[in-house]
Amino acid sequence: MRELTCIICPIGCSLTVQFKNGCFQSVTGNRCPKGAQYAEDECTHPKRTVTTTVRTENGRVLSVKTDVPIPKEHIFDCMKMINGVKCSLPITVGDVIIENVFGSRVVATQNMQKQGGGQHE
Amino acid sequence: MKELVIIGGGPAGLAAAIAAYENGVRDILILERDKALGGILRQCIHNGFGLHTFGKELTGPEYAWEYIQKVEELGIEYKLNTMVLEVTESKEIVATNEQDGIFMLQAKAVILAMGCRERPRGALSIAGERPAGIYSAGTAQKLVNMMGYLPGREVVILGSGDIGLIMARRMTLEGAKVHAVCELMPYSGGLARNIEQCLNDFDIPLYLSHTVVQINGRERVEGVTVAEVDEARRPIAGTERYFPCDTLLLAVGLIPENELSKTAGVQLDKVTGGAVVDEKRQTNIAGIFACGNVLHVHDLVDYVSDEGAIAGKNAAEYIQNGLKQDMLVELSPGAGVRYTVPQVISKREDVTVYFRVQDVLRNACVQVYHGEEVIYTKKRTKVAPGEMESIVLRKDLLPDSGKLTLKLEVLL
Repeated sequence: MRELTCIICPIGCSLTVQFKNGCFQSVTGNRCPKGAQYAEDECTHPKRTVTTTVRTENGRVLSVKTDVPIPKEHIFDCMKMINGVKCSLPITVGDVIIENVFGSRVVATQNMQKQGGGQHE
Repeated sequence: MKELVIIGGGPAGLAAAIAAYENGVRDILILERDKALGGILRQCIHNGFGLHTFGKELTGPEYAWEYIQKVEELGIEYKLNTMVLEVTESKEIVATNEQDGIFMLQAKAVILAMGCRERPRGALSIAGERPAGIYSAGTAQKLVNMMGYLPGREVVILGSGDIGLIMARRMTLEGAKVHAVCELMPYSGGLARNIEQCLNDFDIPLYLSHTVVQINGRERVEGVTVAEVDEARRPIAGTERYFPCDTLLLAVGLIPENELSKTAGVQLDKVTGGAVVDEKRQTNIAGIFACGNVLHVHDLVDYVSDEGAIAGKNAAEYIQNGLKQDMLVELSPGAGVRYTVPQVISKREDVTVYFRVQDVLRNACVQVYHGEEVIYTKKRTKVAPGEMESIVLRKDLLPDSGKLTLKLEVLL
């Protein structure tokens, strides 16, 4: 048995996972199917979405995220890859900054113009 | 003359503007102090926003972008880099920016959506010098996420609300070592999922019932002394321990920013720090509405947007028809409840009442009294001060006059 806190939404359900012969068997405490999937992933291969910033050509930082969760053990490797990149401008929300980072794409979560002081950045 | 002026272009102001437009108002102006719309969401680059509103998980800037696009699409006017200096009871607004100088606007209706500020070190009376390296968590968040600076490498965080937890993870991701998150209360004020993904994922220890009693260092923070506190939240002698560090982040609460409301004569609630409003989010001054964190501090931006939409819709109603009040019933917090929003109910319609409880309780019962009579009751398996609660009072339950009290009773 293992106790987990679901991180899928702000409710944060307390999950109880049952194992059989060391393998994931069932979960209780979840209020939605996403929670069941989270519990299984968390017990077999935990994943997290990484949100951070990337350097841009004009010296400012741009907020980015992995478009899908990546294996938890690679969070710091992912940070290293993102911190090694400098992206060119302009950028719109959703633009791909890096392809294939541990199975995800790193995408922009904000807009940025070439010149500073632009709107909605 | 403007029909509607909205002060603040964060999530509350944006949602209010859109709702007012959708309810027929065209002459709208948003005044925003910063250089872009979006408010505090601009620096909240983590994800977890928008599950209620959009059914998907967004980061702060993405959530803001959904609303900003809508504002642009509808052609709603806004002024950036514009600081409002004064709002009067007659809804005159004095503001200033580089292009217009100091200017005055007369509005038919005003929506206050100025958000909140962080409680500073000065509010805490922690002993010590005033070295560099002490930041409010939100300031550190802005430095890291928007300006690209890391404010320190060896960090202690005081306060385990969501902002403190999010910054513990953020500093860690950027290469800092977070030695401890200290929490004065015996429980965290943050969401359970943030304890999990911000602290447990990175083995950051959380010290409940602990506080910082001394900041050491003269030029730069050199360390902090942390002590356990008793039930009255007083430090216990002999429990002190020293954490060497170069940075202390303070995540010790938010205060609605109501300086403008005060000069306008808006009545404030001592507990929320925000205006006293009815279910339409109208203040004691007809035509002045308030929504979002300037009204009361919310846990989730989704609820801020909902509240902005309520204020926007009713401001539209006020502009077009005037708001008719068929009754005025006061709603006050009773045992176990810190505050309610709204504090006044002015119309016979279904009312969603938001409230915060005083303590963590299991198996509690929410009750609404009209005098001695219980008109509403609902069970809750768990309530906590960090999580805003809500109930819906159906219109047929509402009395014509008198006072309502919202109480919490523990079930045995």
